[in-house]
Amino acid sequence: MTALSVLDRKLARDLARLWAQVLAIALVMACGVMTIVIAVGAYRSLDETRAAFYERYRFASVFSGLTRAPLHLREDLAAIPGVSGVDLRIVKAALLDLPGMAEPATGIAISIPDRGEPAVNRLYLRSGRLPEADRTGEVAVTEPFAKAHRMTPGSTFSAILNGRKRLLTVTGIVLSPEYIYAIGPGDMVPDQRRFGVFYMPRTTLAGIYDMNGAFNDLVARTQRGADLNVVSDRIDAILKPYGGTGTHDREDQISHAFLDNELMQLRAMAVVIPPIFLFVSAFLVNMILTRLIALEREQVGLMKAIGYSSLDVAWHYAKLTLLIAIIGIIIGSLAGNWLGRGMTRLYATFFSFPFLIFRQSLDLYVIAAGVSAAAALAGAGRAIWSVVRLPPAVAMRPPAPTQYRSLFAGSAGLATVFSQLTIMALRHLIRWPVRMLMTTLGTSMAVALLVTALFSFDSIDFMIDTVFFRTERQDATISFGLERSPRALQAVAAMPGVIRAEGFRAAPVVLRKGHRERRLAIQGVMPSPDLARVLDEDLLPVEPPATGLMVSERVARLLHLSIGDRVEIELLEKGHRIVEAPVTSIVQSYVGLAVYMRLDALDRLVGDGPRLSGVRVSIDRAKLDDLYAAVKETPAVASIALQGVSRGRFRETIGENITIMTTVYTLLAVIITFGVVYNSARIQLSERARELASLRVMGFTRGEVSSVLLIELGVIVLLAQPLGWALGYGFSWAVVRGFESDLFRIPLVVERATFAISSLVVLAVAVVSALIVRRRIDRLDLVRVLKTRE
Amino acid sequence: MASPRPQIDRPIFSARGLTKVYRTGEVEVYALRGVDLDLAEGEIAVLLGPSGSGKSTLLNIMGGLDTPSSGTMHFRDEELTRFSERQLTAYRRDHVGFIFQFYNLIPSLTAWENVALVTEISAHPMKPEEALEMVGLKDRIHHFPAQLSGGEQQRVAIARAIAKRPEVMLCDEPTGALDSKTGILVLEALSRINEELNTTMAIITHNAGIQQIAHRVFSFRDGRIAEATVNETRAKPSTVTW
Repeated sequence: MTALSVLDRKLARDLARLWAQVLAIALVMACGVMTIVIAVGAYRSLDETRAAFYERYRFASVFSGLTRAPLHLREDLAAIPGVSGVDLRIVKAALLDLPGMAEPATGIAISIPDRGEPAVNRLYLRSGRLPEADRTGEVAVTEPFAKAHRMTPGSTFSAILNGRKRLLTVTGIVLSPEYIYAIGPGDMVPDQRRFGVFYMPRTTLAGIYDMNGAFNDLVARTQRGADLNVVSDRIDAILKPYGGTGTHDREDQISHAFLDNELMQLRAMAVVIPPIFLFVSAFLVNMILTRLIALEREQVGLMKAIGYSSLDVAWHYAKLTLLIAIIGIIIGSLAGNWLGRGMTRLYATFFSFPFLIFRQSLDLYVIAAGVSAAAALAGAGRAIWSVVRLPPAVAMRPPAPTQYRSLFAGSAGLATVFSQLTIMALRHLIRWPVRMLMTTLGTSMAVALLVTALFSFDSIDFMIDTVFFRTERQDATISFGLERSPRALQAVAAMPGVIRAEGFRAAPVVLRKGHRERRLAIQGVMPSPDLARVLDEDLLPVEPPATGLMVSERVARLLHLSIGDRVEIELLEKGHRIVEAPVTSIVQSYVGLAVYMRLDALDRLVGDGPRLSGVRVSIDRAKLDDLYAAVKETPAVASIALQGVSRGRFRETIGENITIMTTVYTLLAVIITFGVVYNSARIQLSERARELASLRVMGFTRGEVSSVLLIELGVIVLLAQPLGWALGYGFSWAVVRGFESDLFRIPLVVERATFAISSLVVLAVAVVSALIVRRRIDRLDLVRVLKTRE
Repeated sequence: MASPRPQIDRPIFSARGLTKVYRTGEVEVYALRGVDLDLAEGEIAVLLGPSGSGKSTLLNIMGGLDTPSSGTMHFRDEELTRFSERQLTAYRRDHVGFIFQFYNLIPSLTAWENVALVTEISAHPMKPEEALEMVGLKDRIHHFPAQLSGGEQQRVAIARAIAKRPEVMLCDEPTGALDSKTGILVLEALSRINEELNTTMAIITHNAGIQQIAHRVFSFRDGRIAEATVNETRAKPSTVTW
């Protein structure tokens, strides 16, 4: 202590005396620091890990599918200016028959060079070795799939390749930058058990699919600075005669797009959440410091009178502010670091990376600390400035008495409605309207945070209901490897356990209106569909019109389409022929970029006769295993998506994420509420101790006296509810808009129960905070309070 | 003023062997050292003495704001010193009016409302305007404390104390913060209430002039009553000077 100046000792004692309030503010500030560290930290970790993985394993930047082309195109393709590497692969979908699993899984077989590594999309070998060409049936499988089935090098499983069931032996476990986020065809969330990617030497796979000297998939890397559009055009021109479906870049690559989506969400979190906490903590610092300085007015005068400069005194109070900020920064940094690591680990389970870069960038903490300290000082600014301006002689006199507004005054009518205690509370409340507004706003932030966290349950429920019970009502979707004639529908309908079957056709196209275009698939649906229904914007089923497109709301918005517009359709699998069709209705869809058309209309549009890409079926659950067995034996089936399993996985995955998020947000809301209500109550108590003691002396009971404080707090907390609901609805809207991507869209649904639960949590915390302060009212020292002049 | 001195055969307050010890750290401070005292109904008693002599402690015990370390204090037939916290609150509410040096008005309530604060919770109160009229403040009824002078504020405090028709008024330095002219107004109000409502009053003061309006004057020294004198002829408040 001897090293401390006297003012610093005072500071230390002030801090010790105000510890509860200091901690309450520091915690709010800590939340701001924590969210910055978590969101920005996780963003950087994810971004850098992905970038490093992409770079080291040469992730492609241009992708194209095609029907079949000769390998000698390699020279032409590699010679395109800007292309730095190209891999011509065979990629085939296959049904997998896995031990201990009745339902068939879907796999993708990808060729790798017989010798050496692929030029593009290299594999990270986690264990074992890559398969060798001269040994048949050797494959390398992706890690999540291997883990889900406890596969190790040496394990075997069966796959139906080109209509024949083959036994495959796992030689290695690998990770690919192409499948960081691996999602099966027709699935909404990844299911490691039911979807796997496996790699086979080119010679082996070519042998199986009769693709010797040919390829059906291209991945290419471009040089830095190369114009992707130019490269794409050149590739498209070369592949066009071979059924090239048109190149796309990383934006349309599923794994990349999902990661982008995640990164976007983290960025949104980093931008939206921390300012809320910084604002609230700035306000709290302002409140507590203003009061402290009011109480220490005479001390300020004395300090100045005995020769401390205004700057000394201002610095003294600024130090208190900074100490609060430092406590908050330390707590927030530790919590943020800890939770940030946890979050990055969570990503590791969700995304498949061979390594994780969790960078402890000092600058992040410096920024978070700087911003928080600045917010605290901004909050303290006014109060500290008042110290600077206060002449010592004025300071040592008591402040001018508080002027109250004569709200209700003189009207005996109102006085009979409200008791004098209530009037006391209300007058005090409106005496400091800005403070009241800020306190209300602060509390409403807690409500808003909760609404924002909880609404996702409502929206996801609504989405599940809409997607799985109103539109995609099938139990399973069977996809064919190649388009089939309508007879395939009868074949599927005849399979065991199939109750109803509806054929569909998916035609990959580029939809174009003016200079706007989007790559998507037009879904051909049967007339009067019962399984795959199309919903209008009010979510009512609509009958597909005889001609024209039913365009989902998002596609309509992206391409600026309205009913009656004619759009240009580039048929990607049909030699890029260009046709036209009118938009006949705008429909609702939450998944992907949906455009529908009646099956026969689509057939006419494509012009190659009736074709089916797959069949949607409803199943008699009792015969499920028979159906699975039949499907596994059907060569034409390339994949099967099980909506029931999908639905379960969807709930599970999303549920986990939302539970974590809700827990975190609830904690944040509790901290905000406590910080605001507790501090506000303590300040009030400090300002009104004398009044409250007077009331006790006059014979008011503890309960009655507390009510003065509680009414005021109650009004604030109650006013904060509707405001919080409105803010929460706004935040939720922003979240929904922020999450919206070509992959999926969350409907904005906020149930009344969500508002109610949010309010109940905040009210409960407010009551507890108020009760803590009430104990202080009960212990008021009546005699001492009354003897002193305010 | 020649009103006869109230009789003490049925005392309203009766203290026996009151002792109060404050312990601050290792030091024991005796605020009261065995005080015996009886006050009659309708009596005005002035408590004089230097600070720390025990008069405030006695007043606080009479008002149910503090409890003695030993000894008893009776209010009529009831032993205050055995009252629970809740009973003391009810006692203050029903029987006692307090007046303090710094008025202790509620700044957010007007004069009328400050008085109504008490009448709302009393059994047989006057109307607030009636109480304010008694202290001569009828025309300042809707003013907030901050809009009133010190004397006016103290008179509002008196109106607030008398509005519930208390049997006892306990005043701690009621004129301490006032100049003599306004102090006299306050004293007039007090003695008028004593006469009209027969309210027993205990008044602490450093001001020797005030003792002239009392029935009895108790001088405190070192926690004891050093001297008790009876005023055979009481002065009118308007004639008091200090």
